[in-house]
Amino acid sequence: MPPIINAEKCNACGVCADICPTDVFHVEEKKTVPSVRYPEECWHCNSCVLDCKQRAIELRIPLPLMMLHVEAKK
Amino acid sequence: MIAVDKNAIKTDVLIIGGGIAGLMAAIHAARQGVGVLVAEKANTRRSGCGATGNDHFMCYIPQVHGKNMEPILAEYYKSQVGGFSDPSLATAFLRQSFGRVRDWQRWGISMQSKGKWDFSGHAFPGRPRIWLKYAGHNQKAVLTRQAKKQKVNINNHLTVTDILAAKGEVGGAIALDTVREKPVLRYIRAKSIVIATGCGSRLYPSPTPGWMFNTANCPVCTGSGQAMAYRAGAKLVNMEFPNRHAGPKYFARCGKATWIGLYKDPHGTPVGPFVSKATRELGDITGDIWSDVFTAKFKSGDGPVYIDCSSTSKADLDYMMWGLVQEGNTGMLDYMAAEGIDVRKHAVEFMQYEPFLVGRGIEIDARAETNIGGLFAAGDTVGNFRADCAGAATFGWIAGQSAAARAKRTTTFQNIAGDPYARKRIRLYSGIMQRKNGPDWKEANLALQQIMNDYAGPRGRSETLLNAGSNYLKNLKKKAVETLTAGNAHTLMRSIETLDLMECAEVILLTAAERKETRGKHVRLDYPFTNPLLTDKFLTIRKQTGRVHMDWRDRI
Repeated sequence: MPPIINAEKCNACGVCADICPTDVFHVEEKKTVPSVRYPEECWHCNSCVLDCKQRAIELRIPLPLMMLHVEAKK
Repeated sequence: MIAVDKNAIKTDVLIIGGGIAGLMAAIHAARQGVGVLVAEKANTRRSGCGATGNDHFMCYIPQVHGKNMEPILAEYYKSQVGGFSDPSLATAFLRQSFGRVRDWQRWGISMQSKGKWDFSGHAFPGRPRIWLKYAGHNQKAVLTRQAKKQKVNINNHLTVTDILAAKGEVGGAIALDTVREKPVLRYIRAKSIVIATGCGSRLYPSPTPGWMFNTANCPVCTGSGQAMAYRAGAKLVNMEFPNRHAGPKYFARCGKATWIGLYKDPHGTPVGPFVSKATRELGDITGDIWSDVFTAKFKSGDGPVYIDCSSTSKADLDYMMWGLVQEGNTGMLDYMAAEGIDVRKHAVEFMQYEPFLVGRGIEIDARAETNIGGLFAAGDTVGNFRADCAGAATFGWIAGQSAAARAKRTTTFQNIAGDPYARKRIRLYSGIMQRKNGPDWKEANLALQQIMNDYAGPRGRSETLLNAGSNYLKNLKKKAVETLTAGNAHTLMRSIETLDLMECAEVILLTAAERKETRGKHVRLDYPFTNPLLTDKFLTIRKQTGRVHMDWRDRI
């Protein structure tokens, strides 16, 4: 479930937890990698991905949100 | 008991919610030389429906539209946002809208992103175009910066839960601080208050069963402004009318008019009459004025309906992809790229989403004031005017000025210490935190959604269904109040949101029963006709000393 933090790249700045509109992250202790505590409350808005200076976060869009599509008719 | 901070915060103007309306109100109030506090549930840099952007700003620009504003006003009423607005408010909005466009342009939001005033999309063929295309990906960061420049005090992660009013005048509010694991309640003393809490999501089911956060609009905007205003005695209006949005199927997202393509059935036949080729200026407006098309074609067996951009020119497709970034849909675009969904060759299915509250709620006058002295409102939480982002910007600005003027006139702060209503609410919140066993907010929210879907849904309402729904809701709310549990500040915040949604639901059920006709998406199975006597009649509802009053009025 989204988002996924790459702990290797994360510098534990806490920006993602601070700016997430739906408060999905949790910081147990300052200067540690946040955990994704409420993944089911993710809005998939991409704020965390956009604001992470380390580019350490990616969103995984869950299966039920698959965008249904077909080949366009010519 | 929950910890209550003994030191009340004191501010001339309190702004509840730091979205577009709240930040604009804050900037303008601060410019009048009063102290301003924005209490924001999340962080103003990325909160609310405009968190990651927007690309359409409705406005009247004389040098583009000509000196006569009337045709633009007429177009506004015909648009997807103009159906339930008071003319006095719509006129005030349009007159001032260009001023806000210029402010944003000056502050660093690109309103002339293609080097000109670019009116594209949401438009009918052969008619004036009223939606300015702009590059709003950075709008929240820019407005936050501007507010700080004006010395606005922004308090992030502070959710206002209740407004305190005595003798018809506001005195302050209580707010939940969610910075730490353990919640802290704070009293805020204020001379004026602006409610700018945004829309109301999570009232009805999302496209994915049980996944309440798969919503097109911000899922933590939960009608709390309407609920707290109603509890304080303010009038709500137009609450009976469901509003539904449409967009990509299963991945609920706003921005359908940013897509430049034709809505087509599975045989490749366009479903709407407006255009045969979509361009950046004229996309297919069928989805705006017939958002039921996606549901209707499903029901008739002729569906599904897709947006097909494959015949759109390359230049216009590039423009569309740029627009989707500005609209804030980068999460969806990244996903499409990863999955190989290519708008040049794939048609994407669209659907109609379940109702949410926008432009249904708090009644204001042209100065953005409610019937409670010192209580103002702006943005999506307002019930008698709607113009989405542009409406929030413009009426936020108006509200900020009015709130500041009132604060200047008011010499003393009300004494709110020991307010009996505040104590009652604190007891309620403490109870939720103290209980060991019981349902959490998710159970309560899902139970609410199933009642709203079945008894007050857009597929059909009737007196018996609405009455039954009201009773079931009463039982649910009682149960929730008595048994809800929360383990920390975050889940307490969600619990309070859910109780606020229940309050909005009560109002919807009552007003939907009162409007004995079918109009728009308010479908009464027992009154399947539109009553000409109720055309232009608004239904208001307020609570006074525990009694509910509903009144009809003309548009003003």
